Amino acid sequence: MFFGIEWDTSSQWAFAVSIFPILLHGLVVTLQATVVGFFIALILGLVLAALKSAPTRFIRWPAKLITEFIRDTPLLIQLFFLFYVLPEFGLTLPAFLTGALALGVQYSAYTSEVYRAGLEAVAKGQREAARALNLASSRTFTHIILPQAIPRIIPALGNYLVSIMKDVPVLSVVTVLEMLGVAKIIGDRTGGYLIPLSMVGGLYLVMTIIASFGVRYLDTHLPKRGLSLK
Amino acid sequence: MNDATKTRDPIIKFDKVVKRFGDHVVLDELDFEVQRGEKVTIIGPSGSGKSTVLRILMTLEEINDGVVYVGGQPLWHQWRGDRLIPASEQHLRQMRSQLGMVFQQFNLFPHMTVLRNLTEAPVQVLGVKKAEARQRGLELLEMVGLADQADKYPHQLSGGQQQRVGIARALAMRPKVMLFDEPTSALDPELVGEVLNVIRTLADEHDLTMLLVTHEMHFARQVSDRICFFDQGRIKEQGKPEDIFTAPKEERTKAFLKAVLDPDD
Repeated sequence: MFFGIEWDTSSQWAFAVSIFPILLHGLVVTLQATVVGFFIALILGLVLAALKSAPTRFIRWPAKLITEFIRDTPLLIQLFFLFYVLPEFGLTLPAFLTGALALGVQYSAYTSEVYRAGLEAVAKGQREAARALNLASSRTFTHIILPQAIPRIIPALGNYLVSIMKDVPVLSVVTVLEMLGVAKIIGDRTGGYLIPLSMVGGLYLVMTIIASFGVRYLDTHLPKRGLSLK
Repeated sequence: MNDATKTRDPIIKFDKVVKRFGDHVVLDELDFEVQRGEKVTIIGPSGSGKSTVLRILMTLEEINDGVVYVGGQPLWHQWRGDRLIPASEQHLRQMRSQLGMVFQQFNLFPHMTVLRNLTEAPVQVLGVKKAEARQRGLELLEMVGLADQADKYPHQLSGGQQQRVGIARALAMRPKVMLFDEPTSALDPELVGEVLNVIRTLADEHDLTMLLVTHEMHFARQVSDRICFFDQGRIKEQGKPEDIFTAPKEERTKAFLKAVLDPDD
């Protein structure tokens, strides 16, 4: 029994059908971790991108160093740090939040690069024209640069959303009951791993395909009006 | 320069202006003046600093030494007592409002309609009411012959049409000085004429000061009050179009004009 749901071991089909709702519990947690982690990555990435293009190198360099550090260390180490080391300093977060935060921090390094590349891809002449017309720099950013950068940024961010989803199983090592963790526990308790793990793989495949279609749909339906996208 | 222009205050004045890109000296202690309402064309080989003069005036490029004056006021500096200090952004904004620029690559905003390209800055910067800005925008489009294209996006227009929008967009800010940076160089040959015609119409306006960088020598001869031949960051020779084109004094000018006017020889 798990999440109050009994499994039926009378036949393999019955077993698969009976554990499906249990796995869905895990699936919900997986999706929650994905969404929260992605949200953190979006915000934190934006902050990092802003810091990396700051006018002074005393801000720029540390931001770049942090990005490199995050990118070049495994997600698991960051996760362990947040889960085991922070409590030593009196900061204990719930397992789910810790996991989502680790995902968000890891992927903020990537999203910050997406933002930066998207903004830099806007032709230099656009800033010059805005300057020649005396538009304020805030107005230039929000109404000239950003609208041209967003169609480049969104699809790339969508790809990282899929990546985050595929990284969620790592959170099972810090007791987050996401889908893979749930499947493993079912296996531990029933002695049968093949069916729950296969089902997780299948569910992941379905989710990834749906998400990929979503990203492609966004890519082709975002307003681009004459923007040259490479 | 004749005596009449000497006594007036120039609207543009370069006083020993130096501009370097790394080790490369683009402007070498350049002295240069343009009078109010004057139409001046800068010609010269590529890399001679022609476009840099315009880009410095539009505050897209900083100077390394010397002083640039626009309307008697230093552009890149401001006075503190009797000393010149680097200009604040506020000062630059104020100075910039006197100038308009037409770019070689048009640089229209691709995500905005043609009309929105013309109203964005007047509404946001000058505080013109939207309806008023639209009205004025449509008038300017009428002037450049594109009134029926107001609701299109730039990529739906030909290069020549885009550049005419670019000219209208700069005019929408009511500049005193119009800077044209090789406005027809990115165009297919058959589209050059329509853009030059618009510029020619503008040249007939006596109040507007025009500074033009172009390789269209025949056009330059028709519309300019004065031609400046740039070479290696300085004005090698300048004068009335007839004098420069028919009787250049400097060997360098002769060689350049021969190369661009009779390229087949």
